[in-house]
Amino acid sequence: MKEKMKAFFAAFLRLCKRIGAFFGRVCKNLMDGGMAIPIIALLLLVVFNLIRDPGFFGIGIQHNNDGNVVLAGNIISIINGASELAILAMGMTLVTAACGGQDISVGAAAAIAGSAFVKVLKASSSISGGTVVLAFVCSCIVAMIFAAFNGTLVAVFKIQPMIATLILYTCGRSIAYWINGGATPTVSSPIISGIGSFIPGIPVPTPVIIVAIMTILFGLLFRFTSLRLFTQSVGVNGSAARLNGINSTFIKLLSFIILGVCVSVAGCIGVSRLGLINHETLLIDIEMDAILAVAIGGNSLGGGRFRISGSIIGAYVIQMLTITLYAMRVSSTDVKAYKAIVIILLVVIGSPVVKEKFGKFMTRLVHGRKRVSAKGAEE
Amino acid sequence: MKTSFFKRKEPLTDTQLLMTIAIGIFVVMYVLAIVLLGGGFRRPKQIFDMLNDNASLIIVACGLTIVMIGGGIDISVGAVTSLVVMSCVLYLNSGGSIVVSVLLALGIGLGFGLVQGFLISYLEIQPFIVTLAGMFFARGMTTILSVNPQKADHAAFAELRNTKIEISWLGYTAKNGNRMPAQIELGVVIAFVCLVLVFLLLRYMRLGRGFYAVGGNQRSALMLGINVKRTRFLSYVLSGLLSGVSGYVFLLHTGAGNATNADGMEMNAIAAAIIGGTLLTGGVGTVIGSFFGVLILTTIKKIVVTSGLNAPWWQSITTGGMLCFFILLQSVVLSRRAKKKKT
Repeated sequence: MKEKMKAFFAAFLRLCKRIGAFFGRVCKNLMDGGMAIPIIALLLLVVFNLIRDPGFFGIGIQHNNDGNVVLAGNIISIINGASELAILAMGMTLVTAACGGQDISVGAAAAIAGSAFVKVLKASSSISGGTVVLAFVCSCIVAMIFAAFNGTLVAVFKIQPMIATLILYTCGRSIAYWINGGATPTVSSPIISGIGSFIPGIPVPTPVIIVAIMTILFGLLFRFTSLRLFTQSVGVNGSAARLNGINSTFIKLLSFIILGVCVSVAGCIGVSRLGLINHETLLIDIEMDAILAVAIGGNSLGGGRFRISGSIIGAYVIQMLTITLYAMRVSSTDVKAYKAIVIILLVVIGSPVVKEKFGKFMTRLVHGRKRVSAKGAEE
Repeated sequence: MKTSFFKRKEPLTDTQLLMTIAIGIFVVMYVLAIVLLGGGFRRPKQIFDMLNDNASLIIVACGLTIVMIGGGIDISVGAVTSLVVMSCVLYLNSGGSIVVSVLLALGIGLGFGLVQGFLISYLEIQPFIVTLAGMFFARGMTTILSVNPQKADHAAFAELRNTKIEISWLGYTAKNGNRMPAQIELGVVIAFVCLVLVFLLLRYMRLGRGFYAVGGNQRSALMLGINVKRTRFLSYVLSGLLSGVSGYVFLLHTGAGNATNADGMEMNAIAAAIIGGTLLTGGVGTVIGSFFGVLILTTIKKIVVTSGLNAPWWQSITTGGMLCFFILLQSVVLSRRAKKKKT
């Protein structure tokens, strides 16, 4: 009897060790790939919300004010609310990867793009589909000019991106105010509200569709051009890339101009949501959130390898965090403090030093103390 | 003697060159303002007003200069200043003593510096993200403490606030015949003490030279036997401590706490440091330059107001233009020097 117990106990121990080894391997694989942090964070938030309120992720069907059948629920509002952030995070990832720095002027530039959008719309007598397209193209061009200004400072004059974009950060919102002529003009049209909320007949919010289109466009861009490879090589070592025949100045400039397009799309969505342009509050503080999304997405802020999908997930993590805090009745001004704590926890988990310590701890846990020391002695 | 006074044996270092440019442009700008605009610029009181308004910005810029020389960035300084102001006001209003409120200010600043420094240098997390989180945390805590503006209601503190050095012969007589003396607030004195201390630290102390070494080239610094991690850690601690001081000085100037206090101060401080010739890449810069950077930023704003560009957007557009000018100038000057060195 005693021996049977012993054998059973030994078998149990072996099983435990095997399970431990399996989880250790899974953890290690996830940790080595950059995607670990955003996915873990997303899962943690989902689990937390399910425990807190099982009905949190319920999706309902409602009739909105115009009588359309639309989807409603927390998850829809999270995906919808993060649209601008996700679009900006895509562009920001490219700039970060190519230049090894971040653009802190995206919020201000979006205000300028939104002002140009409204200015063109206001100039025409009636708002039709054609005028909206024309207005969007104009705002795109304006945003691309400002992006090219930033890009020239970074690529040609070799100024740190953060410093170069500090200029537009300082004066961008004032330029938007100037374009608006010292007012906050409003536009009201079914097309604009359609872009901002729902197109009749489609139950999915339009900003979500725009994000999907942008994601596909980025996917096609990377599929059919060598932009990803070129950007990464410029980001890893600019002069080495130049010696290999890559025009690093052009790649950097191009990354800024692509970000300019993203900025203009985000600015137009922001304007369409409210039907007005307020230079002070449009996409306020979004530059910080966009950089955060890039970092949470497992991309190095020092440039080089990048993963745009990580940044998009990062954007949704940030928005889900905000909505969760709102659902817990935290006031909108206090949200920042709790957000900061979660961010710090995330980056501490993701920091190389902690990862290394954790990895050592896991191997010790799996293989036991003795083997590690024996291996050490062999070496 | 044939060698002239201006000819030096050693060429200027990058740090000295950029600082000289900043000081030179400030002097030219101010003289032009006196000649062309006159008005308030003719009175010496203008300079004292500028100093009184910007004492806390000068202190924050000192701290940021240290961090930037060490090759890092700290964007939490403005938010920490705001948090310190709010907590000190609430503490004073609940009947606390002045000594403890000063300690509270220093403690909050030091706390932020220690935590951020530890995360950045020992856990090797990117400084931008850590201090961004610090900024969010401090701003959030400020609104958690109080959303509404709070006025300091404390007899001894009011007395301290009114302690001013009056220099009557530098003042002027207003139109109604009242004599307006030039005043120096206590905050300016504190700011100058900080400025001198940081200057001495960077110039003559081992730790200060360590900041330059670490910012210039981390690997060489390591080979020289400098404790890189500790040096970076201390740069953030100093910056945090100085933001605490700046918060108290801000409170001495305004006497009230508000959730939007010191809004955008971090970017102003970074701009001041850049104008003063501190490079974000590290290893180059002085606090004297940053001090003149603050003065240049303020002078631009005063010039815009005096010259009658009253529309609300001109102040920041001219500031942005000026910043652009300085950044381009520095870039061109430094790249030309680099080319000269090569040939």
